[in-house]
Amino acid sequence: MEGLPILSLMMLVPLAGAMACLFAGAAAARWIALGTTLVTFVLGVVLWSNFQIGGAQWQFTERAELFAGFTWALGIDGIALMLIMLSVFLMPICILASWDAVQKRVGEYMAAFLFMEVLMIGTFSAQDLFLFYIFFEAGLIPMYLIIGVWGGDNRIYASYKFFLYTLLGSVLMLIAMFWMVAEAGTSDIPTLMQYSFPPGAQTWLWLAFFASFAVKVPMWPFHTWLPDAHVQAPTAGSVILAGVLLKLGGYGFVRFSLPMFPEASAQFAWLVFVLSMIAVVYTSLVALVQSDMKKLIAYSSVAHMAIVTVGLFAFNVQGLEGAMIVMLSHGLVSAALFLCVGVIYDRLHTREIARYGGLAINMPYYALFFLLFTMASIGLPGTSGFVGEFLALAGIYQTSSLVALVATTGIILGAAYMLYLYRRVAFGGQVHEDAAAMRDISAREWLMMAPIAASVLWMGVYPESFLAPMRADIAVLDARLAAAAPASDAALTAGAPRAEAANALSHKNGANHSSAEEGAH
Amino acid sequence: MDFAHSFALIAPELLLTAAGLALLLVGAWGGDKSARLVAIAAAAALFGAGFMLVPGLHFGVDGPATLAFGGLIKVDSFALFAKALIYLAAIGALMVAPAFFNSAAAGTERGMRAEYPVLMLFAAVGMSIMVSANDFMTLYLGLELNSLSAYVLAAILRRDTRSGEAGLKYFVLGALASGILLYGMSLLYGFTGGTAFTAVRAGLTGEMGIGALFGVIFVLSGLAFKISAVPFHMWTPDVYEGAPTPVTAFFATAPKVAAVALTARVVFEVFGAQVDAWQQIVMFTALASIIFGALGAIGQENLKRLLAYSSINNVGFILLGLAVANETGVSAMLVYLFIYVAMSLGSFVALLMLRGEDGALFETFADIRGLSVTRPAIAWALLLFMFSLAGIPPLLGFYGKFVVFQATIEAGLVAFGAIAIAASVIGAFYYIKFVKVMFFDAPAGVVTGKSGAAHWVLLGLTAAIVSPLGYLLTPSLTDLADKAAASLFLAV
Repeated sequence: MEGLPILSLMMLVPLAGAMACLFAGAAAARWIALGTTLVTFVLGVVLWSNFQIGGAQWQFTERAELFAGFTWALGIDGIALMLIMLSVFLMPICILASWDAVQKRVGEYMAAFLFMEVLMIGTFSAQDLFLFYIFFEAGLIPMYLIIGVWGGDNRIYASYKFFLYTLLGSVLMLIAMFWMVAEAGTSDIPTLMQYSFPPGAQTWLWLAFFASFAVKVPMWPFHTWLPDAHVQAPTAGSVILAGVLLKLGGYGFVRFSLPMFPEASAQFAWLVFVLSMIAVVYTSLVALVQSDMKKLIAYSSVAHMAIVTVGLFAFNVQGLEGAMIVMLSHGLVSAALFLCVGVIYDRLHTREIARYGGLAINMPYYALFFLLFTMASIGLPGTSGFVGEFLALAGIYQTSSLVALVATTGIILGAAYMLYLYRRVAFGGQVHEDAAAMRDISAREWLMMAPIAASVLWMGVYPESFLAPMRADIAVLDARLAAAAPASDAALTAGAPRAEAANALSHKNGANHSSAEEGAH
Repeated sequence: MDFAHSFALIAPELLLTAAGLALLLVGAWGGDKSARLVAIAAAAALFGAGFMLVPGLHFGVDGPATLAFGGLIKVDSFALFAKALIYLAAIGALMVAPAFFNSAAAGTERGMRAEYPVLMLFAAVGMSIMVSANDFMTLYLGLELNSLSAYVLAAILRRDTRSGEAGLKYFVLGALASGILLYGMSLLYGFTGGTAFTAVRAGLTGEMGIGALFGVIFVLSGLAFKISAVPFHMWTPDVYEGAPTPVTAFFATAPKVAAVALTARVVFEVFGAQVDAWQQIVMFTALASIIFGALGAIGQENLKRLLAYSSINNVGFILLGLAVANETGVSAMLVYLFIYVAMSLGSFVALLMLRGEDGALFETFADIRGLSVTRPAIAWALLLFMFSLAGIPPLLGFYGKFVVFQATIEAGLVAFGAIAIAASVIGAFYYIKFVKVMFFDAPAGVVTGKSGAAHWVLLGLTAAIVSPLGYLLTPSLTDLADKAAASLFLAV
């Protein structure tokens, strides 16, 4: 694979597809979009299979000096690889999800999605600070159009909120980037990740980056754009928003805030913890009382992403690994849950929970998938959610037992609102005739759900496949953070070992007798 | 004094003057029937004059060899850069004019008048003199030649009350601004004993007296009027709205370039020794323009008015580069100016293409609802311009903001830059309103008229510059801007 610029290729393919879609008719645009996203996914698989675990930290690097002082520098580590895989995996599913649901201006719609894919791959693989910013920020344009043109009734308000919130967050980050480049003399991200900024400046830089990433994650109280954007976006828009765009915030913390400003990260860990704790409890409670399915899942996203931020700022390997797995798992599970909502929305055109009921009777396969993803969202062992949340909470427990205690309530509350949702939608009697007459999922919907279900189970049963590529990078990050890591409140002290085990019995007649005695009981 | 050398330096101006006078005669004898021919000849003259600038632009000129007529005029790289932009903008404004004046948009007065291109030429001569002035006398001559032509241009639709009102307002307030400027110049003359830039500069070293400071402030206020920077911006929306749209497109581009370039030259070459005295004034004006330009635009229904506020907003970003007060800042400012000219020219051309069946122009938000369905090409071009004006990557407007803010931060003005960039988000609100109206709303279906080839060419060209393809221009643009900025600082 040496010499083949596969990352550029992965961006070129959807870009060409997007251009073609702009000028194609509706039917052709659908097939072009599906074809290009599948090709990109295959390229992604090639990328993963050629990624050398334990090899160089940055692989598939490309570097070309561009005009105007920008550098086309690409390259990925394990963390970026996993997030790119998530993006290219979800993209064909998004196209399938909009196959019938989108009927107006199909060409432009598909083009917007393919542009999004280009920008997401670019964001995760950029190795130049300004290149990253361009990809990061350019996503606003297609997403604004997706929400505004193809969204629900209140789409205008939602699109404005999404655009202005995220723009305000990112422009402050741009100012910080200028300062960093002026100070360090380079815009190369791997170099900056090892550069020690003066601690006083780190405080300001960290806050500027936080302004951007906290909005993207989103953390309480910057999350209010999310429920609006999610509810008003078309199904595939929600999938991309929840599946990948929210991960940009978490990725930003892993790639920028933590390694570039370790001291400031430690200094502000309390802030992240407080906001995350409030988010877990508050948004879970809010989710509990929602009557709109999409809104409920949107609020649950905020709660899950709070577990990610808690894990990231635990400053230890478990926390970081857990946060990464929660991000991947949430990308799959929330995407799947939005698809589940989309499936019944396409049939009944309402997201009102009360309009459904007893779907397990007339839509058994649908109910099965919905149950699997509900359980994965709760974090049932065997699904991806369990692995991530367990690791993240184990990580934070070493740093702060209080935060761990509060964050863990999120799992209980999560079980409450998800099971409550499932009971109202799938179980009970068939109250409404139109809901009872809905068909079970079609072959196209099978194609959307089954791959995600398989991945969720795979990640739950054998997470090593996903952890292995990231392990070395997380170790590097952990080593970088070690000096700044805040003291643990668990205050583990090594005690004096006892002479013998606590349950040892004092025996007079030797070992044989005691075992015989035990056997007699 | 070597006259041959001096005349060689002002050859573009001589060409334009000669062309202007000759075309005036053609217009006088040929009547308005010859207007189209006059317009084409005027555009050709501007193109020819622009072509003369190329060698100087390419190789970069500075030093004593650029002085003409005993130091009254200075034709360095900086002046050449500004002139090239002015001529390009003027050609653009000429290209879109015939179709406008020949349609119902011009009201009862069908047909372009032959004076229009001639006035345009004289305005261009005036602006050329402004940007190459090296003496307050030359500066004032150029400024007034430009302004007088501009007042007439604003009122060129004689039977249209809005156009007349715009011309009158522009004249009264412009005269006031000229008076303020002149008063400032007289104060500076009184306290330093000279009108040449070098003489005034020499007199302004060391501790500055209160009288001289007043002179500086009056001169800057007068110039702020001309570039419509807050707090001297209030004439802009009225004049932009009332003037015929091709004229507005001209006002938003060429005179702005000239006035900004002039301001840059005055603050560095005349007040260069007193940076502390003017830097905070420019910083305040820049921030105020960004904020008020953005806030003022929010409630506007009329698109021309909105673009007027947008131009005030953009002047703020241009002044941001000036406030940095070093070579990088000026270079960034010139890059931004170029991008700004492309963006505003493009937006106004797009507005000119919003016409009904009978050719009447539409200029409110209500008329462009759902434009993306009825006229997708115009809508997509406007989308590019608006996101570019909002500074969203990967469009070229982002690059303009990028270089300006980079210069600001590198100079250590971090807090200033942070406030300015946060204020730029307010501006994004109304730019995305454009997109919202065109793409999200149900079609109004009134924009049905056809547009001429000249409009399409200009729209396509400016849209291509603003699109990511425009980054291909940036190496040469940066190179030219660097040379221009260097020549400005050579004298300092």
